[in-house]
Amino acid sequence: MNEQHGQKCDFVGMDRRDFLGAVARTVPTWLMVTAIVPELLAAEAGSPDEKYRPEEHRYAMAINIHKCIGCGRCADACKTENNVPREPVFFRTWIERYRVPFEGEAVVDSPNGGIDGFPTEDHDSGTFKAFFVPKLCNHCSNAPCVQVCPVGATFTSQDGVVLVDKDYCVGCRYCIQACPYGARYLHPTEKVADKCTFCYHRITKGQPPACVEVCPTQARVFGEMGEQASPISRFMRFNDVTVLKSWLNTDPRVYYAGADEEVR
Amino acid sequence: MNIAMALQSFFTELPSVTGYMYPNEYELHWSVLIVVYPYLTGLVAGAFILASLERVFNVKALQPVYRLSLLTALSFLLIAPLPLLAHLGHPERALEMFLTPHTASAMAMFGFVYAWYLMVVLLLEIWFDYRQHIVRWAKEKKGALKWFYSLLTLGSTDLSEKALAFDNKAGKIITIIGIPSAFLLHGYVGFIFGSVKANPWWSSVLMPIVFLFSAIVSGIALMLLVYMVSSMLRWKTINMPCVNKLAEFLFYAILVDFSLELLDFIQRLYESEESIHILSQMISSRLFISLIISQIILGTIVPLVGLGLARFGRMPDEMRRMIYLMAALLVQVGIFATRWNVVIGGQLFSKSLRGLTTYKLEMFGIEGLMTAIILMVMPFIILFVMTKLLPPWSEGEKDIPVPPKPHATQVGQEA
Amino acid sequence: MRKIPQQLIPLAVLFIVLLGVLVVARQLFVPKTFGDLGHYRATAVDEVAAQPAAYAGYRVCLDCHDDIYQRKQLSSHAGLACETCHGAAAAHATGESDQLPTVPRGRDHCQLCHGYNSARPTGFPQILSNMHNPGEACVKCHDSHSPRMAKGNGECSACHQMIANQKAVSSHMSLDCTDCHTVPIDHATQPRVVQALKPNSEETCGKCHARGSSAGAEVARIDMAEHGGRYLCWECHYPHLPEAKL
Repeated sequence: MNEQHGQKCDFVGMDRRDFLGAVARTVPTWLMVTAIVPELLAAEAGSPDEKYRPEEHRYAMAINIHKCIGCGRCADACKTENNVPREPVFFRTWIERYRVPFEGEAVVDSPNGGIDGFPTEDHDSGTFKAFFVPKLCNHCSNAPCVQVCPVGATFTSQDGVVLVDKDYCVGCRYCIQACPYGARYLHPTEKVADKCTFCYHRITKGQPPACVEVCPTQARVFGEMGEQASPISRFMRFNDVTVLKSWLNTDPRVYYAGADEEVR
Repeated sequence: MNIAMALQSFFTELPSVTGYMYPNEYELHWSVLIVVYPYLTGLVAGAFILASLERVFNVKALQPVYRLSLLTALSFLLIAPLPLLAHLGHPERALEMFLTPHTASAMAMFGFVYAWYLMVVLLLEIWFDYRQHIVRWAKEKKGALKWFYSLLTLGSTDLSEKALAFDNKAGKIITIIGIPSAFLLHGYVGFIFGSVKANPWWSSVLMPIVFLFSAIVSGIALMLLVYMVSSMLRWKTINMPCVNKLAEFLFYAILVDFSLELLDFIQRLYESEESIHILSQMISSRLFISLIISQIILGTIVPLVGLGLARFGRMPDEMRRMIYLMAALLVQVGIFATRWNVVIGGQLFSKSLRGLTTYKLEMFGIEGLMTAIILMVMPFIILFVMTKLLPPWSEGEKDIPVPPKPHATQVGQEA
Repeated sequence: MRKIPQQLIPLAVLFIVLLGVLVVARQLFVPKTFGDLGHYRATAVDEVAAQPAAYAGYRVCLDCHDDIYQRKQLSSHAGLACETCHGAAAAHATGESDQLPTVPRGRDHCQLCHGYNSARPTGFPQILSNMHNPGEACVKCHDSHSPRMAKGNGECSACHQMIANQKAVSSHMSLDCTDCHTVPIDHATQPRVVQALKPNSEETCGKCHARGSSAGAEVARIDMAEHGGRYLCWECHYPHLPEAKL
């Protein structure tokens, strides 16, 4: 018992020295790191010259609701990057505004997905709290859309991204019905299911998704799961994260920090 | 919703939404064609199960509708995949469901269930049942018809007693296989909806069973209609024991179906999960006419009362037939409303459980009302042609007796 | 041996032929790479990955516009990518297109982020457009590549930057922190031990907002006895941005 105690003391002493050293080293590093998140993000995905190996990656996105200012730049950039039809009923990503009154149901809106901003005239003094929530395909590990696709036209790739094969999709829309998040739509001219790909054409070349690139407040973080130093791992460690509709067991790869219970 | 709002929503570009919908949910993805599809397969399954009652369970009273049921089931089954096909974004890729079926997908199994049901159950049963007649017609008829029937015999022209006995036995075995197959065919359609966990209106273990019993209801009602109308058109007397039996079965089937639906309803109401608010809002506004009025009152309660009175009460046969006919028609309306409420109702509320949208039924588009009507009329045309080629009528039917003198000349002119 | 019934032979042939057709069709029509990685066409992954990018990424912009970038990195816009405001510029970067990226100059663009909205995080710099130099272009006063907050209260804003940001765009911009807060000298060195005091009575607000106060005519006046009933001023108004409704 004594021995153990002694050891423990020793350990604590060492630990404190180590700890102070670690603080001295890590705090400035951490500050630097957060300041240059975009650099780090781009650097970790490897240089574009190397052949891309999907099996070595496991992507995820994290969204900090406290940081989102609802500017809609992500939804706008997404439409440009991916040629999403501009009509207000087709979105790969969109922003919802929640206004919780003192009593009663939260009021949610998303005019044109938030691309043109949110009207402020009608903000009422009865609002108890309000916040923005960006939404997109959750790239579920246990994706209902993949499960129900009758022909194998939507699938989870080796790097964990749920994709649509638009040359194989029959356009039955079962996947759209099966998605609990409303993340899919039928492309009005191509007549196939369409949705967020995490900008697969960008991430496989070491660039962040377009929405992450243009987000002015770093409310969206993208990166690799399971790597100690990746921005997403750090995000997960420093925030209490949740996923949407966890009770459906879809196991999403889009994580939210600061999501109120009203968010669904 | 008042008239002005209804008009406005009709003419404006986007459907009128109350509360919040996810933006991708504004427009409904499954249209009226997907309502027609389970309606048609329900009729197939129901008609077949009715036929099997005669064959397997020896309900002799149903003999006059046995073959007619088989042909009706076949005519509707041939059309059943068309609404699905017309609805696909890429119909030309439809065969991918056979080439690379995804075994985890309820919908991918459709191809196989359908093929099994068409090839192994219905066609085989009809073939075995009609074979001796086909062989006979192949000998008697002339010209193109002779060729047609000869082809149908598939070269199997043996009419020995042993062969006929085998036909009978095979038919019976296939019917026995057919009953679970019919359950499978429509139960699985229910599963397509019932297994969507994202949708609280659909997600229910009872869904396949409710679908199945509503299929039986619709199938019996259809046969009641087809038999009575076809008899009248051919100027034959209606076999009263047969329609009485049909009405009796219809009465019981509605009773079971309604109980199951009530059970589902009470369960949802009692569990009162988070979706209950938006669903009750939907029922009392968007689905009021199609659910409360069409499905429950007109499609269930009125026919139930009517059939109960007509079958078990005392009244003249003409009155009885009239009530049966009306009840069967109302049941069809009710079952179509049931399919509508499932398919369209399941898409009218947001999966955020915060809002309701509207469905605007288009008139002439590929997914419009006209297509739906054409698809629902086509089985009757096929059935008409089939009754000409493979007459299902039983021997010994009586012509409708010529009415007394004063009208005799009139009838004579018409005939 | 029992004789096979005659009917079964053509049926058997028919079914075998149909099965054969299905097998042959599968051989012919199933895409070559289908099933290589899972129940999907493996080449579809490459097809998705081959989509051209519209957004170049800010690192590409650095190659030519390093000077602007360096300036921006020292400002509060350090976290913004170039294309957040200037739009997709991959075609411009590669020289495929002669069209220059957009340069938004109107008030509407800046308002997408900086217009007041109750749902924005507290402390994020926001203005009420109709009160903040209405009609003037933002770029007339602000350099978007090096935006700065209004100075003032330098000592306090070292720690209370968020509040300073907010107050700077509010109608309380000209007030000093000490007009409302009592700040002991030691608060600067021992902020947690010696705390600054918040106003504890409505008198503080009444200095300007009560009927008969000596403040300028543009300051809103209320009847201190009647207004708000039993609630205190700051239970409904946020003093650092009084325009915002709580």
